[in-house]
Amino acid sequence: MKLTIEEQDMLIGKYGKAAKKSMEILTTLGEIFDAENMVAITGVQIAGVSYANLGEAGLEYLSEMAEDGKVRVLTTLNPAGMDRENWEVLGIDKEFAKNQNRAIDAFATMGIITTCSCTPYLIGNTPHFGQHLAWAESSAVCYANSVIGARTNREGGPSALAAAITGKTPRYGYHLEENRHGEVLIEVKAQIKGTDQFGVLGKIIGDKLGELGKKIPYITGISSATVEELKSFCASVATYGGTALFHMETITPEYDKYPRPDKISFGITQDDLNKTRSELIDEDLEIDFVSIGCPHASIHEIAKIANLLKGKRVKKEFWITTARPTKRIADEAGYSKIIENAGAKFAADTCCVVAPIKGRFKGIMVDSAKACYYGRAKNKFKVKIGSIEKCIEEATK
Amino acid sequence: MKLSGRKIYKGTVEGEAIVTKDGISFYGGVDPDTGKVVEVGHELEGQSITGKVLVFPTGKGSTVGSYTMYRMKKNNTAPVAIVNEQIDTIIAVGCIISEIPCVDKIDISNIKTGQKLVVNGAEGFVEVK
Repeated sequence: MKLTIEEQDMLIGKYGKAAKKSMEILTTLGEIFDAENMVAITGVQIAGVSYANLGEAGLEYLSEMAEDGKVRVLTTLNPAGMDRENWEVLGIDKEFAKNQNRAIDAFATMGIITTCSCTPYLIGNTPHFGQHLAWAESSAVCYANSVIGARTNREGGPSALAAAITGKTPRYGYHLEENRHGEVLIEVKAQIKGTDQFGVLGKIIGDKLGELGKKIPYITGISSATVEELKSFCASVATYGGTALFHMETITPEYDKYPRPDKISFGITQDDLNKTRSELIDEDLEIDFVSIGCPHASIHEIAKIANLLKGKRVKKEFWITTARPTKRIADEAGYSKIIENAGAKFAADTCCVVAPIKGRFKGIMVDSAKACYYGRAKNKFKVKIGSIEKCIEEATK
Repeated sequence: MKLSGRKIYKGTVEGEAIVTKDGISFYGGVDPDTGKVVEVGHELEGQSITGKVLVFPTGKGSTVGSYTMYRMKKNNTAPVAIVNEQIDTIIAVGCIISEIPCVDKIDISNIKTGQKLVVNGAEGFVEVK
């Protein structure tokens, strides 16, 4: 790999221990993937924040990096294992809270903004078209590449941190134009509406790409999509298919930049959607937990929830998972009060995927196909997918 | 017999090979406290990889696996070196942060469990003694 003088100096330790270790990681990855050189990045999103995933070893690594490591670009964090202010109410134990805060403090020492959200693009880590990034968090990677048209590979925790400390990432994969072409043409022959339905669509496409061994879908037949619907779709197609980039005709910014695949690989009908939706509803289901906000709820979604909950009482545990800055807007707009008066709870900074809630509930209802996957696999819940309206109906009945 | 490959992480060590044809997921697939493979149905299930030269085709599973390798190094349960057919990001990053010598692009069918190996991570070769 060709390195600049500054990059070489990082590698031999002139910029300190953390920069040296970081450049070792990046040059090794660059060699493995045949990168010619490094590319300067404008932003980083770091995963591996929940203490439940990091453990003491991960925390030790972060502490070592924090001894002399400072980030050079705008860097934000993925959700943590708990709400940093409201953890006791949500049933998180003291020891876990202490360790979680140690991890977040290590990140903060390095100059990272500790927003703890999977939707950095909604709260200020907002790239524009064509910018190079090093993001972890599969749903955000998919959103940045596809919906924004920025360029990032799917990073892991240590490689994203290394990129933040050096301001560089090896130029391979989705940083190169030739790797961003649509590979599989998919025709959607049904109306898709709502975050839940876009999640179901993401699962169909993700599952199918796995079978075909292809990566980049080019999707036709979607007439419109909101930010919230696209965020749900990204989370689902990344969870079920490992997808980091898709093109959606007339919707995403690069859809007509590259040649459209010429032969339709498969179509998706209303029957397909119904069948896949039924796969996301378990039998013998007893719902005792409802959650909205996977990925983190936007202010628009919170406004909708407040409107639906006005004057009602929830009768089941009901969490709205969101970014703290979004929660602050909801506080000021009066939505939080309406929602909390109804008995629902905010879980900011965290989510149902990373919080230590395994086995705490029997059945969860969500509007997210990604939350269904992790609810089953990681937390051993039975699951049901439904629209936001249906989730609220379930919580209040 | 000298097998030439590609350097991934520096360091020269000698150790006994433990070889598998299955991929390895360090997160969830290996117990970092005991050094034993715990993935159900894995060829090495129940066997310890501590202090061995671990030889396997490629890594799999969650990116958290890199941190698990680091934890094993700190616990003194890590392998002394890793030899792969084709390295993946998780194992590469795990070796770098844990400072475990590593070589890939090696035809691992030439290596049998129990053989003494020298792994030279700086130059990228494995010597079967």
